[in-house]
Amino acid sequence: MKRLAAAFCLILAAGPAAADAMNVKVGVLREQHSRETLSILDIPASDDTLAGALLGAADNNTTGKFTNQSFEAIDEKLDESTDVVAAINALTEKGALFIIADLSPDRLIAAADRTRAKGALLFNVSAPDERLREEDCRANVVHVAPSRAMLADGLAQYLVWKQWRKWLLIKGTHPNDELLAQAYRRAAKKFGARIVEERVYEDTGGGRRSDSGSVQTQRQMPVLTQTAPAYDALLAIDESEVFAGYLPYRTWDPRPVAGSAGLYPTSWDPAHEQWGAHQLQNRFMATFRRQMNARDNNAWLAMRMVGEAATRAGTNAPEKLRAFMLGPDFSIAAFKGVRLTLRSWNQQLRQPILLSDGRMTVSVSPQEGFLHQVTELDTLGLDQPETKCRLK
Amino acid sequence: MKRTALALVLSTSLASPALAYTAYISNEKGNSITVIDTEKMEATATIKVGRRPRGIALNKDGSELYICAGDDDAIQVLDTKTLKLTGKLPSGPDPELLALSPGGETIYVSNENDNLVTLIDVKRKEQIGDIPVGVEPEGMAVSPDGKILVNTSETTNMAHLIDTQTKAIIANILVDGRPRFAEFKKDGSELWVSSEVGGTVAIIDPAKKELKQKISFEIPGMSKEAIQPIGISITGDGKRAFVALGPANRVAVIDAETKKIEKYLLVGQRVWHLAFTPDEKYLITANGVSNDVSIIDVANLKVLKSIPVGSFPWGVVVAPK
Repeated sequence: MKRLAAAFCLILAAGPAAADAMNVKVGVLREQHSRETLSILDIPASDDTLAGALLGAADNNTTGKFTNQSFEAIDEKLDESTDVVAAINALTEKGALFIIADLSPDRLIAAADRTRAKGALLFNVSAPDERLREEDCRANVVHVAPSRAMLADGLAQYLVWKQWRKWLLIKGTHPNDELLAQAYRRAAKKFGARIVEERVYEDTGGGRRSDSGSVQTQRQMPVLTQTAPAYDALLAIDESEVFAGYLPYRTWDPRPVAGSAGLYPTSWDPAHEQWGAHQLQNRFMATFRRQMNARDNNAWLAMRMVGEAATRAGTNAPEKLRAFMLGPDFSIAAFKGVRLTLRSWNQQLRQPILLSDGRMTVSVSPQEGFLHQVTELDTLGLDQPETKCRLK
Repeated sequence: MKRTALALVLSTSLASPALAYTAYISNEKGNSITVIDTEKMEATATIKVGRRPRGIALNKDGSELYICAGDDDAIQVLDTKTLKLTGKLPSGPDPELLALSPGGETIYVSNENDNLVTLIDVKRKEQIGDIPVGVEPEGMAVSPDGKILVNTSETTNMAHLIDTQTKAIIANILVDGRPRFAEFKKDGSELWVSSEVGGTVAIIDPAKKELKQKISFEIPGMSKEAIQPIGISITGDGKRAFVALGPANRVAVIDAETKKIEKYLLVGQRVWHLAFTPDEKYLITANGVSNDVSIIDVANLKVLKSIPVGSFPWGVVVAPK
């Protein structure tokens, strides 16, 4: 092994990368996600998000053996009362200038603004809010997670391809539900679908677990969905896990459910196996003994983006890596069938959207026939001419 | 189409005595190998093999076909005379692609799940070593003189050059995203590596151990993301190369001296790997999504025929006479 290492160094000395060992510290700043999920399968694990970052660092380190670079993930957990600025300062003081941020929008903006002077670069791996990519965009935030508009467009293209153009929309009463409903209204207009009626499901509080919950829900959901105008698909809009999971197989009319339950758009799913994804799922399962969710995957991908840029640009300076990631030579492979690149105008990662039923990848958008002058991936979400983002 | 194909076959077989070769196609989802008579241009047999067969290779005299059965964690051996499986070679987990030493005594196989290249002694049917490489090893090639083994790692994005004597890595060359296949020119002067997600082919100078140039592809009306180079075949004289472009459903024809793209040939859907007949009259392409292979007339750069095979054809090799 020693002889091997010596051989690498010799070759690297001639190459563009530095012969000196380079260490890259990546902070993982993460909020706790609600354990109040409709399905117990979705209750987040204690290493939610972090596990993805750790696997990304391990993958980067395998490559790092050959380039004399090493990567480490530093965990920083937040609860509701933690001051996000203090938490991110703790990370930057440890030398972490790349931050994988699993934060709600206001905290993400606060963290970004407070670390700008230090030159930190944040990777948003969970917040789908449009405003973070539009009017509230920041030059030191890269969005790995897709936005609500990208997710909604991905699903809408498939429903239109299926000729299921008439949608019954039922939304919850949380502010995020209205934001998601807006994304679907926009998608309907963009791709020629029609929302035939909107209904609201009131969140009256209460827990998700009970001994005989199914007895009630199978009576409630038909009532919620009866006397609707003719529709092809029911769009459930429920980011807070209040009711959407109860809708499939329980609607008054026999119709498919999509959106927050049934067929859902996502950036990753434990059932995804195509384009070599099986290998990543295997590595994750072998290491953490659980399945990889979308946040884990986004954290893995953020770590890989840092690794890929550091390997090719031969530096660990955030500003140089940001410039490289936005440049023409950067792309990243993420087991989604095509290369992913950054939208230069708002630093959103361009990506296909998986449509999953929780057991299978049913389809992957963009769908055939949805064309674009630059890349079909830009048929998903807000495009450059519509952007309100001015990076600063 | 059928009539023109027939006419061509007739005319070519009149011009020169017909040379029938045998091609083997691995069907990734069909768990089978399809046998094709290249002169009749039809399938003559289908053999049930292990699960998820992808990489395949023949020994020197064509008497044995080695099959990477990924989901069975083994390399199966097929007797090409009897078309019966005769045994297994012990690979590591999930073997995908393999390469043979020029004399055929050693098999090098990439094992995707554990970041290793495994060495197998064919006669003794034993593993004789492992070489740690990058994340998700895939493409394998041995230089014509047998001195250099190349492995590409899909997530590390490197071509690892390995000294076959010392089993030590002698160079790591960064290429574009998801490198999947490596092929030497017959004279050993160049090594070509395809990057599926990066969309390019890297040309490496194996003597200097450095990247010489990259070839990229442009097809009018097709987005860059859809162009995904995979299989590479280079003619024996080193003058022309063919590169399969995956979901672009085309094979690029490249002047292998100037590296200029001459033409794109439309074949079946999601074209994976390629193989010449030994006389280089035909090039056979395995088309994953359309469940067929295309036969390309190499001299005239025309697609002659497509032949239905099993489900998701992936690898292709042609036996010597």
